[in-house]
Amino acid sequence: MSQIGSFALLLALALCAYSFLAGLLALVIKGPGAGRLGETARRAGIASFAIVFLAAVVLVVAAFQNDFSIAYIFHHSNRDLPAPYKFATLWSGQEGSLLFWALLLSAYGLVLRLRYKTDVRLFAYASVIIAAVQVFFLLLLNFAANPFGVMQGSLPADGNGLNPLLQYPEMVIHPPMLYLGYVGFTVPFAFALAALIMRYPGEKWIQITRRWTMVTWGFLTCGVFLGAHWAYSVLGWGGYWGWDPVENASLMPWLTGTAFLHSVMMQEKRGMLKTWNMWLIFSTFMLSIFGTFLTRSGVVSSVHAFAQSSIGDWFVAFLAIIFATCLFFYVKNRSHLRTEHKLESLISRESSFLFNNLLLLVACFTVLWGTLFPVLSEWVQGTKVTVGPPFFNRVNVPVALLLLLLTAVGPLLAWRRTSVESLKRNFLWPAIGALLTGVLLVALGMKPWEDVSYFYSLMTIMLSVLVALTVISEFVRGGRVIGRHTGQNLFASMVQLAHRNTRRYGGYIVHFGVIVIMIGFAGSVFNQDKEQEMGFGDKMTIGPYTLVCQSYTQDDNPNYGSEWAVMNVFKGGKQIATLNPERRFYKASQQTSTMVANRSTPQEDLYVVYEGQNLDTGKPIIKVHLNPLVMWIWIGVWIIIAGTVVALIPNAAPVRVPAPARMRAEPVGAGD
Amino acid sequence: MGIEANVPANSLLLSSRAKRGICSSPSSREAADSSSLALLGMTRIFFKRGTQLILLTLVVLTLLGAGDESARVNDLGHRMMCVCGCNQILLECNHVGCAYSERMRSELIAAVDRGDNDDLTLQGFVQKYGTTVMAAPTKTGFNRVAWIMPYLVLVLGLAMVTLIVRAWRSRPLVLPAGAVAAVHGAELEHFRDQARKDTEI
Repeated sequence: MSQIGSFALLLALALCAYSFLAGLLALVIKGPGAGRLGETARRAGIASFAIVFLAAVVLVVAAFQNDFSIAYIFHHSNRDLPAPYKFATLWSGQEGSLLFWALLLSAYGLVLRLRYKTDVRLFAYASVIIAAVQVFFLLLLNFAANPFGVMQGSLPADGNGLNPLLQYPEMVIHPPMLYLGYVGFTVPFAFALAALIMRYPGEKWIQITRRWTMVTWGFLTCGVFLGAHWAYSVLGWGGYWGWDPVENASLMPWLTGTAFLHSVMMQEKRGMLKTWNMWLIFSTFMLSIFGTFLTRSGVVSSVHAFAQSSIGDWFVAFLAIIFATCLFFYVKNRSHLRTEHKLESLISRESSFLFNNLLLLVACFTVLWGTLFPVLSEWVQGTKVTVGPPFFNRVNVPVALLLLLLTAVGPLLAWRRTSVESLKRNFLWPAIGALLTGVLLVALGMKPWEDVSYFYSLMTIMLSVLVALTVISEFVRGGRVIGRHTGQNLFASMVQLAHRNTRRYGGYIVHFGVIVIMIGFAGSVFNQDKEQEMGFGDKMTIGPYTLVCQSYTQDDNPNYGSEWAVMNVFKGGKQIATLNPERRFYKASQQTSTMVANRSTPQEDLYVVYEGQNLDTGKPIIKVHLNPLVMWIWIGVWIIIAGTVVALIPNAAPVRVPAPARMRAEPVGAGD
Repeated sequence: MGIEANVPANSLLLSSRAKRGICSSPSSREAADSSSLALLGMTRIFFKRGTQLILLTLVVLTLLGAGDESARVNDLGHRMMCVCGCNQILLECNHVGCAYSERMRSELIAAVDRGDNDDLTLQGFVQKYGTTVMAAPTKTGFNRVAWIMPYLVLVLGLAMVTLIVRAWRSRPLVLPAGAVAAVHGAELEHFRDQARKDTEI
């Protein structure tokens, strides 16, 4: 098995190297042979997918066959591991996850190379750049982190098993989503660099890559929030985001990718920000690689980083090559990136995008700075410091609030210039709604003057209401115009409106999802928790809930032994649920893990953790968290996904409406 | 309860002192019948009252801080990390059998019970467990750079965006070769109107 896998990896490296070199040569040389050479390079790239896929299949089959002669399988699987987790073995460790990265990259490359007829020359350039990235990962897999390395000495009877924290259903989908996001940014990067190298005329390359970028951004969003949900459900500390370096690594490309998705519209519509967009997508790709470097090099300590290894040097070298290449072609062809239009007014969509980009990049810088400051501090003053949640929250929350304000104002601004009267007219009612919400919350007992976190929470909710009202008003106004022309009801008109300009209205739906998430975050200020030893019949009260310990039970299966509590939950004297917080002991890895019992409602989560037993009293220790509004975060993610899907749907053909008067036939839903 | 019991006592103290201050000023006025002296007397009264108010506020704030020990434990416990290597906030570490968090929490509660102020408590932990026990960099020495940089970048970014906007507004329009000739005057205004309608709905 290991020989087939190793051979497949070598063959894939050879194919990608050929795809890169032959593709490059075909682009450089002139003559009739260039086309044929380029075609062989494209086909070699396509073939590389099949071979990397074969290598991945070999590793998964080895996991299912318990082939512990392969060191990777021995370290990350065992005989009694359930089938879904055996499948997840592919991305559970350093070497396997790199193979998975290479597989996804070759899959993206496959799609790109199959769609080459869209623009043969641009796709040929992009294919060569992707082949270069593939070569790097395959070099790594063949010479630094081979997943098919064999065990030395006698064959072990069983493997070490999968890390218990990873034995959770979401871990089967969270890494693939995250990797689809990370790896996917290679495609817009390749197109951007290709367009720069060949001085591609016009903005067509942006239109070609728009879907790639949105799909990739959607995957990364899913990946980031699935990770948050996994942390919430498995780690048992009652939170979903700890500003861990690995979490930060996934957030950074998301922030720059979000900035790119906004600023690229300025290039499409107005021919502006060409240099900025180019470097934004370069940075997003480099941050994806940098995140991988952070996770795998051991340069920063993290709960869920991979083992420390020497592959960090490879990533540093690769990052240096990428940066040098981008800089070289930028300096060489920067005249191609000159802005075609000028800014006409400060109160315009263009300037709102500029400030939006600034805030997103400041947030990204803060995350990067905070993640790397411990290393810098050790280097400068010889002592390591911790940069944890208090730092990130204090610095990033005000930035996030400013972003929310821009999210509310931005859509109300027109391209080029907006009159103050128009802004007032569109902004008045949403602003009054937001202010009334603030007054209502204070009247209901919220005291923003008592603590800065309460103030931030109140501001978050008020600004979220402001965004929601502006989004709703955009839909309603557009829907009414269509309704007047077509005679449809408001809802049908709004659906038609969204279908006419899916990108714009899909974007608004995404904004709506973001504010739902922000309201969920704002709830965390009011979190409560309580810890207590609980014997049979013991009670604990938290908020409106009373938990009564009914019994304790134990169970055992080949993979793990477990003990759990049966807790009856009462509210207002009435039993409303029974929760079973659990603690597991995994036999192969000899590690414990908690399985949180959570009763989630839109109002709050009752989050119960079985922490262990007090050895002196023999009584189990139960910790209960009451976390308001957490469900809103997960609902918000679904709304973002829905918005992204809407934005990916092609626009409906504009309906020709007979114009009774000369100026009444204005296109509805046009523009972004 | 402690705060409620103390506030009236302090209020009485303030009012009696204030009365004395007011009583002293008429005698001064009798001794020197000039407006400047009257002004001086008023200034003194305001100064005294101001000082008393500040002192009272400080006393109340100190009592407030000392009164809610569990809130202090909660606050301090969220400003420190568990040092077992889990990378979690001290009060959020939930590792079964963690060798550190339980002991550290007991030490924190003991320090707060002793009446140690926040700085002393945190300093004690830094001395015992090292600088990494603090969940965020302190605002001293080189660590200040950690806090300053994000804001500095924001300010520099704002300055840069402002400069870009200014430069763009004053920049002559660059048209690609073969582009349609620019329009002016009423025709331009017509196109602008149309574009506004197109994009504003």
